[in-house]
Amino acid sequence: MARILINVPPKAKRGDVIEIKTLISHDMESGYRPDNVGKTIPRDIISLFVATYNGAEIFRAELHPAIAANPFLSFTTIATESGRIDFKWTGDNEFLATETALIAVE
Amino acid sequence: MTRDAHSPTRRGFLDITARFAGGLGLLLTVAPGAGRATPASMQSAMKKIVGEATLAKGKVKLELPPLVENGNSVTMVVSVESPMTIEDHVKSIHVLNEKNPQPNVIGVHLGPRAGRATVSTRIRLADSQKIIAIAEMSDGSFWSDEAEVVVTLAACVEVL
Repeated sequence: MARILINVPPKAKRGDVIEIKTLISHDMESGYRPDNVGKTIPRDIISLFVATYNGAEIFRAELHPAIAANPFLSFTTIATESGRIDFKWTGDNEFLATETALIAVE
Repeated sequence: MTRDAHSPTRRGFLDITARFAGGLGLLLTVAPGAGRATPASMQSAMKKIVGEATLAKGKVKLELPPLVENGNSVTMVVSVESPMTIEDHVKSIHVLNEKNPQPNVIGVHLGPRAGRATVSTRIRLADSQKIIAIAEMSDGSFWSDEAEVVVTLAACVEVL
């Protein structure tokens, strides 16, 4: 299981713009690197990241091999209501990782 | 062959060689970038995003360090000037490069719920090159910004 770090403010005022930071451990093998006998290591990357806020999509990113290992993403959203923000990473070799953060909006 | 007669010419010769070598070195450091160019693939990737619409400069701010020591992880911040309302917001941001094996770097999709159009991530750079960020607005217009980055240690090619 990939290690995931999420930074979402636990509390926010309604209407505030909050910054969300995500980090997931993954090699993001580009598919262009040779191994120690000169054979190319096959591509193995996370290709899609989706964030949903109480079920509605707020952010989506298509990642390519040019994204550094352990993909870091930071973006913003408006704190609309209390609830959960779900994060989902999918990629090559049926890679799937999910994480959830709770937020209280007053 | 006395010492007095010989040394001036020798000194002169060394001086000329040194100057020449220095000049050559300077030329070599200025020249690279011509080979391995794939701006064509970047252009076609750009076409795919923009289509027939015109790409204007402005509104987008692409922040990258001008000099990078390690191309394996380069912090990049893209922000777009937009009120981010339902009527007027940024729909997507695409980042393209010139000299990595593939032209695409990242494509993000946002909406009015983002509040601000600012995205940050870490990217790989295989060579010193030009990076371009393109933002698609809700009214169908496209805006862009470019950044030149010099990379000392390239990503992708080295063996672990």
